[in-house]
Amino acid sequence: MGNHSDGSPNHSGTVATAGQNEVEKFQDPGIPPHRLRLADTDPRAAKRAERQVALLFGISVVGTLIFLVAYFAIDLGNDSSIATIRLQNALLGIGTAFAMLGIGTGIVHWAKALMPDHEVSEERHAIRIEEDRQAAVRIVDDILDETGIKRRPLIRNTLLGAVALAPLPALAIFGDLGPRPDDKLAHTMWAPHDGKLKRLTRDPDGTPIKASDVTIGSAFHVIPEGLNELTEGKLNEKAKAVVLLMRLDPASLNPSKGREEWGYNGIVAYSKICTHVGCPVALYEQQTHHLLCPCHQSTFDLTQECKVIFGPASRPLPQLPIAVDDEGYLVATSDFHEPVGPSYWERDEHERNINS
Amino acid sequence: MKALSQKRRHPLAAIALLLMGLLITGGLYAVATTMNTAKASTTTASASDVEEGGKLFAANCATCHGMGASGSKDAPSLVGVGAAAVDFQVGTGRMPMQMNGPQAMKKPVQFNEQQTSQLAAYVASLGAGPAIPADDLTNGGGDAAAGGELFRTNCAMCHNAAAAGGALTQGKFAPALADVTGKHIYEAMVTGPQNMPVFNDANITPEGKKDIITFLKQIESSGSPGGADLGSLGPVAEGLFVWVAGLGVIIAFTIWLTSRTS
Repeated sequence: MGNHSDGSPNHSGTVATAGQNEVEKFQDPGIPPHRLRLADTDPRAAKRAERQVALLFGISVVGTLIFLVAYFAIDLGNDSSIATIRLQNALLGIGTAFAMLGIGTGIVHWAKALMPDHEVSEERHAIRIEEDRQAAVRIVDDILDETGIKRRPLIRNTLLGAVALAPLPALAIFGDLGPRPDDKLAHTMWAPHDGKLKRLTRDPDGTPIKASDVTIGSAFHVIPEGLNELTEGKLNEKAKAVVLLMRLDPASLNPSKGREEWGYNGIVAYSKICTHVGCPVALYEQQTHHLLCPCHQSTFDLTQECKVIFGPASRPLPQLPIAVDDEGYLVATSDFHEPVGPSYWERDEHERNINS
Repeated sequence: MKALSQKRRHPLAAIALLLMGLLITGGLYAVATTMNTAKASTTTASASDVEEGGKLFAANCATCHGMGASGSKDAPSLVGVGAAAVDFQVGTGRMPMQMNGPQAMKKPVQFNEQQTSQLAAYVASLGAGPAIPADDLTNGGGDAAAGGELFRTNCAMCHNAAAAGGALTQGKFAPALADVTGKHIYEAMVTGPQNMPVFNDANITPEGKKDIITFLKQIESSGSPGGADLGSLGPVAEGLFVWVAGLGVIIAFTIWLTSRTS
């Protein structure tokens, strides 16, 4: 399309070009004839519009009063009920809505019905004039000249140095976003501590679970022993370690090679964190043995080691190997054998490290 | 009384006294243990109840569940499901089932209370299972805050945080819990009807179940403090409302703003 420095509009379509060829010059149709409004001709209509605007402003006043009355007159003391709070909330909302809406609609109605409505056309000014361009160049030249930056290399160089160094504090600040999580995501609280296997305990009260408590068809929501006693990072640890414990007929489980000992008499434990984006997968259907994730409907089949049978998740839920200790309580024999939850950049590397 | 005091020195008096003592303790013990184990199977199932229940069962249930409730390829065996399962399934109208589908639906009940308890007595007589809970566990009066915590951990993922129900796979769903009696909620927890997992007393204690029922009744009666809850269904219902009503109002205002006054 050539050089646009003359300020011609930037045509990019062939349609516009074709139009230019056919029509020599577009005829300006001008502004349509001005049509008078009812309020312009009829004084009674004008009076009526005036009253309407005043009424809208009046509604705004009433709205503000409702707000003030609701705020100050309704007592939210210690003996107030939810119903009182709900009443106050409703009145505050209604009051504010009418206070704002009254002013807004009043002004618009005023402008539309009563203020002058003559159509005005304004010519667009030329986009670029050579004189202005020259003037701008002169201003820049003047600035360079007056700063004397060319004559004073010391100032120029120190300025360059200062500007170059100034972003360094940002590096320090971004550094505080760390430290890198390293392999924190790959390990959970289930790892045995000092050779002592962690017991499976109930969420939320943390009481240990006996294998005999878990009857067929049961589902237990499980947290590791000692989680409730953590004073720091409790939620982070819980988010990685939550487990769903279920018992089904041992005949319907089909453990793969090497995982035969990970369950106990049909009791199996799987991570509750979806491998898609980490929602808690806890919708357990005890007859179909399906686990459903409520966020994106990923469905896992418990009888096939939580293989994904529907939905966007790409990996089975990690299984927690469990056994029974001397007192009959369920314990985790080790941590998960892969990182729980959704994929992340270093996941494959972490999985290799766990299993090596 | 005079005769009694005269005979108290009789050589056989000690033996008679011993026998009497044993009988009283034994009797009291028997009463106490039955009260404990089957905490009032409401109308303490009599032999006639079992018999009547057996007849009702043969007439209404045996087609699918088999004679003697031993199960068939269409329906599971009911031996050992307990009275609570029958009271829940029949008491909410889910059984007898009208047709096959993803799950048995709640519908008007087909048996009156007496017939339901007779059926329950019959099924309970086939094998030990959870009994119908006592009234003091199902009438509320527990700790609503503790119940809320248990509910959010164990129930909310399927039944929704506000107990408004939710979808499962392939047409199955977890029903809303408003207007369900405390007794039926309790029975559902102990028996795990259909695809619901079982929450036995070792998992959630009877006291915990009582708290959950208290919580559910509490949120049902106190309503939503934030105004209309739009079914408590979360972002779908709220988003739809904003798209239809909110955008509708905005469009109406823009049309009014740009329209010409007459």
